[in-house]
Amino acid sequence: MGSFRLGAMTLRSLFKKPETLLYPTQTKAPYAGQKGHVVNEVSGCILCGMCQRVCPCHCITVDKAARTWGIQPFMCIQCGSCVASCPTSCLSMDPAPTAIATEKHAIELAVPEQEKQVSSSI
Amino acid sequence: MGKASVIPFGPQHPVLPEPLHLDLVVQDETVVDVLPQIGFVHRGLEKLVETRDYNQFIYVAERICGICAMGHSLGYAETVESLMGVEVPSRAEYLRVIWHELSRIHSHLLWLGLAADAFGFESMFMHCWRLRERILDIFEKTTGGRVILSVVRVGGVNRDIEDSELKVICGVLDGIKAEYGEIMSTLLTDMSVKNRTVGVGALTTEQAIDLSMVGPFARASAVSYDVRSFGRGAYGHLADFQPITDAGGDCYARVKVRCLEVLQSIEIIQELAGKIPAGDIAVKVKGNPDPGARAANVLEQPRGECYYFAQGNGTKHLERMRMRTPTSQNLAGMLEALKGCDLADVNMIILTIDPCISCTER
Repeated sequence: MGSFRLGAMTLRSLFKKPETLLYPTQTKAPYAGQKGHVVNEVSGCILCGMCQRVCPCHCITVDKAARTWGIQPFMCIQCGSCVASCPTSCLSMDPAPTAIATEKHAIELAVPEQEKQVSSSI
Repeated sequence: MGKASVIPFGPQHPVLPEPLHLDLVVQDETVVDVLPQIGFVHRGLEKLVETRDYNQFIYVAERICGICAMGHSLGYAETVESLMGVEVPSRAEYLRVIWHELSRIHSHLLWLGLAADAFGFESMFMHCWRLRERILDIFEKTTGGRVILSVVRVGGVNRDIEDSELKVICGVLDGIKAEYGEIMSTLLTDMSVKNRTVGVGALTTEQAIDLSMVGPFARASAVSYDVRSFGRGAYGHLADFQPITDAGGDCYARVKVRCLEVLQSIEIIQELAGKIPAGDIAVKVKGNPDPGARAANVLEQPRGECYYFAQGNGTKHLERMRMRTPTSQNLAGMLEALKGCDLADVNMIILTIDPCISCTER
């Protein structure tokens, strides 16, 4: 008896919109807060190293002397700790997932010198 | 009686995706003894507490098991909060329980789909996972992740859910409830399901208590024990909470208890979504746990009570973190349920206990 009830439910599904997408021809747009990948807007980065300290998987490297900020995207778990701890909000979580890669790679960004804010004293 | 022989079950077996090995001692198709072997997916996650600080370890804790991810991060955070005397804002407690109950629905629907597949109900498997997908969609929308949510932190939660979004979630749950009702009544009234489950692997209430069974496995043997009934956190604000129990003690009772718990979780979420107070979602946690400070905590995971213990040493790293997961508690009961059953019923008994080997071995 129960099987007939389930059969009716399955038959109804024939006249409904499909629950799945025909990936990869159809893709789903990511939600606004989705954890895709970490992005650094280097012009605002002060190389403070907070992101490196809080990262639970030690995938961020900040080199003050060489003025570089690096991340190993294949080690990153997208927890968002670095984004939450960034004092200048130059780190953000892009909701789009990264493209499929064929080999592991690290990202290293050169951080430009910040223009010093000179306070005018009278 | 014929000669006893040993049949290995697992660690790779079609009915169970996780590696559990059992040596089944059988005589004339009847299981007379069972010898378990675990340790295939031990990762030493508790030891990692020495190399990650107490804030970072939350991401390790939620990776103990994909299905119980929310539960483990919540259980760990509550333990550390208790260790450090942190009081969590009320809104954060509500949000934690809402996500935790959603995770229970997702876990039970996943299990129901796998159980239906084992019964030979391929279409029910599809329907269960179709409904589960809607829960994962809620997770994705509200936390940014589908399974690993990373939303709990020591002192509160990382994200808020807007009240308008909570209304949308309640609407989605109403839709799930209607369709799930049909699936549930199909499963519980179908003769082929009853033939496979009624009277199979039965354990009495006395056995369940003696073997310290927890969760739906124990509640199906009429043990009225559910950590949620202690009323901690937002559970204390529920108008009424009664653990779902059944006196059958067999596979059918276990299926029934889990099925009804999905409806109970939907009701809990809808009630809390209507009562959620406004306010902060987290407090700033400063300092480190005191040297020698100890805290213990219990949490009702989808598979039963999970016990957490933490000890501080005055630094940002904990001295010790220990978890006793529901499946490790239920292994003794599982072996007892298997003794005396037909060889063909072994799959069904193990499935209805819903063991989580990743949690057990950590």
